[in-house]
Amino acid sequence: MENVIELNNVTKSFKGFELKDLSISVKKGFVTGFIGGNGVGKSTTIKLIMNLLRPDSGEVSLFGMNYREHEKEIKQRIGFVFDNNILYENITLSEMKRIIKPAYKNWDDTIFQHYVNLFELPLKKQIKTFSKGMLMKASLTFALSHHAELIIMDEPTSGLDPIFRRELLDILHDIMQDGEKTIFFSTHITTDLDRIADYITFIHNGQHIFTKEHYKIEEDYAIVKGETNLLDRDTEREFIGIRRSNYGFEALTMNRQRTQNIFGNTVILEKPTLEDIMLYTKKGNDNYVESYS
Amino acid sequence: MHILISNSSKEPIYNQITEQIKGLVLSGELKAGDVLPSMRQLAKDLHISVITTKRAYEELEREGFIFSVVGKGSFVSEQNNEMILEQKRKAIEEQLLAAIQNSKEIGLELTELQELLTLLYKEDT
Repeated sequence: MENVIELNNVTKSFKGFELKDLSISVKKGFVTGFIGGNGVGKSTTIKLIMNLLRPDSGEVSLFGMNYREHEKEIKQRIGFVFDNNILYENITLSEMKRIIKPAYKNWDDTIFQHYVNLFELPLKKQIKTFSKGMLMKASLTFALSHHAELIIMDEPTSGLDPIFRRELLDILHDIMQDGEKTIFFSTHITTDLDRIADYITFIHNGQHIFTKEHYKIEEDYAIVKGETNLLDRDTEREFIGIRRSNYGFEALTMNRQRTQNIFGNTVILEKPTLEDIMLYTKKGNDNYVESYS
Repeated sequence: MHILISNSSKEPIYNQITEQIKGLVLSGELKAGDVLPSMRQLAKDLHISVITTKRAYEELEREGFIFSVVGKGSFVSEQNNEMILEQKRKAIEEQLLAAIQNSKEIGLELTELQELLTLLYKEDT
């Protein structure tokens, strides 16, 4: 399958933070959800993909091209949706359009108008009077109006009400119908991913933990519950993170089948949520980092 | 065509889809040559990811329930219903044998077992 985004061994360090040897690929025609806690490097990664930051080492390529030689061409093919407002506050939406339109060869007024109508956006009101939801809709409208093949969104659903989040997911499903477009978006609202994401890319502390098919996660990972006396130095190694209480333990395994073989019926195995995986990975990383291989 | 997805079920979602489509084929609601919705359309309608519907269609294809034509879509295959029904019957026999075994272990009489079966059979409808 064709990769639209490829990061190969990318390293970027700031004071007190580092993306380490990050290799990620995003497949064409699918939706990839990008998860990880606060401050683990999600926004930095997106900025590297957008060429707003340059890697210290490693390669970033989009549509098989690099930014050094093909920046303009690449940017034409991307629609970018920010979480915070980058639209100028003191102008109206139609003035904003006049500024943005000339930058894109494939700008399409019909599509722009379609989304303005669909989202019931006012063209003549100053953007500073827009609500958070309207700003998001405006940002999305611009991202979709130039036939972009790749839509990148940084936290598009944060701060939005559940009804609009559902509408947004419907719109994204519509965009995906022809199989030619690709969506890459970061989010904290992991339930949104259950409704649309084909692949999940998870990073933690500047490192890539996994990229998996969404359904594969619940086949590999499981929440394990059992009596505390089952835990010893050997069995503990089965788990990424463990929570103990007076009543028993709860842990995360990344090898459901092996855990099942080891513990049999003495433990309960449950489907983990993406939040469980994020939580236990953080816990596990704090305790013993070497558990990843 | 009706497909109902339960998010609280232990069954993976792609499995729920394959089982329900198989059911529709076996009951005759879907006939040979009928076109199935595209993977992307089905994903949109069920509010699930495309990769899930893709996996479901791949399984159905492997088991011979459907076939795909590039650029045209997925269609219901000609079914060998006899064979499928025979498989089901065999599975039922095995399950009944297990039930009989268990009954004998605790001394449950045939009449009592029949009563239980009748009760459960009626309750399920």
